[in-house]
Amino acid sequence: MKKLNGKVNILVIISGIAVGIAALVLTFLGNPKNMGFCIACFERDIAGALSLHSAAKVQYMRPEIMGLILGAFIIALITKEFKPKAGSSPATRFVLGMAVMIGGLAFLGCPLRMVIRIGGGDVNAMIALLGFVLGVFIGTVFLKRGFTMQRAYKATLVEGSTMPAVAVMLLILGITAPAFIKISVEGPGSMHAPFFIALVVALVIGALAQKSRLCMVGGVRDVILFGDFKLLYGFVAIIITIVIGNLIMGNFNLSMQSQPIAHSSTLWNVLGMMIVGWGSVLLGGCPLRQLVLAGEGNGDCAVTVFGMIVGAAVSHNFGLAGNPDSTNELGEYVVGGISNAGKTAVIICIAIVLIISVLNCKKEAKNNG
Amino acid sequence: MVDARGYLCPMPVIMVQKEVKKNTPRTLEVLVDDACAKENVTRFGTSQGYKVTVKETDDGFKLTLTK
Repeated sequence: MKKLNGKVNILVIISGIAVGIAALVLTFLGNPKNMGFCIACFERDIAGALSLHSAAKVQYMRPEIMGLILGAFIIALITKEFKPKAGSSPATRFVLGMAVMIGGLAFLGCPLRMVIRIGGGDVNAMIALLGFVLGVFIGTVFLKRGFTMQRAYKATLVEGSTMPAVAVMLLILGITAPAFIKISVEGPGSMHAPFFIALVVALVIGALAQKSRLCMVGGVRDVILFGDFKLLYGFVAIIITIVIGNLIMGNFNLSMQSQPIAHSSTLWNVLGMMIVGWGSVLLGGCPLRQLVLAGEGNGDCAVTVFGMIVGAAVSHNFGLAGNPDSTNELGEYVVGGISNAGKTAVIICIAIVLIISVLNCKKEAKNNG
Repeated sequence: MVDARGYLCPMPVIMVQKEVKKNTPRTLEVLVDDACAKENVTRFGTSQGYKVTVKETDDGFKLTLTK
């Protein structure tokens, strides 16, 4: 048994190092700095490419997302871990997916980008980590108090294959690039690594993440719940890899200001990542893990991913996402942050996640009684 | 018997943890339906001093935890 545990831990560490290297390589090849491999940002870009929102700077059919899903799908098929299932509160998961995305875009990133930003020396992300850990802690309190979204059941092959099939369709749209697919000409959406290189890298990472169960939320959650550090090794491996890579390439900049595509509005960074941590614990995994599970045939996680994409569209259509700090024409530093609408949305999302948390605990208590 | 089929991690481990805390059983059977839950319950059981045996079933795995 000890041997098995050892092998699993090594695989998590290898996966973490691979994610870190992938983020560095993709950034070197053109992806936005300190972003590399952000699930929230890339789902938002896909939402933009499909005209679900009209923020001109964040529209691109990111192959990384499709690669992660299909990498997990292929390895799950090979290892007989592809198991279609669904039926665990899909509508609730859709709403939680939206909330996680709105919180993430207030901060400007998912847990994976938070880790990548920390590895680049972004102090805002280091502070946001506190909010993320607080959110995970709150989520685990509800798990211990009996939170459940009820069980899933065996589903049809069609249900299990929906997310991989959608990923293939999105890939075809990305490759053929018909006129209705939007591509940014400036801003983060215009910065991207070569399409097929990004796809291959993501296929490998998707397969590794599926086998190692790598999860940014799980790393912190399992330490709090069980004192189990297995997944945290992956979390730490990513940070160490990125720090070393950025130091070698001269991209490490320990500062709150002038960080790539980031804002220094501390409270909203913390609250945004608190929603992400809390919501992801209720969902059973971080945005990366949701993609992997959707690739394994989990229809509930596919619904969560759809919720996150709609959340990204809502975020940009209503001006809820964070605005990065910038420098104006006079060379003055302009602090970004989020709009009043964005602040309101963050508070509403906290309320929604709280209501879902509380009501799903009560339901279980009644059932048991 | 803990039936954790259909639950995403960490729910299967939490269900087993609650049962272990409540009743401290010498033997506990756990049903799970995916490899991730199988690995996590096995790791948790081992950490609590149980010997864990795994048997494949039609729709997943049956784990037997014994002390």
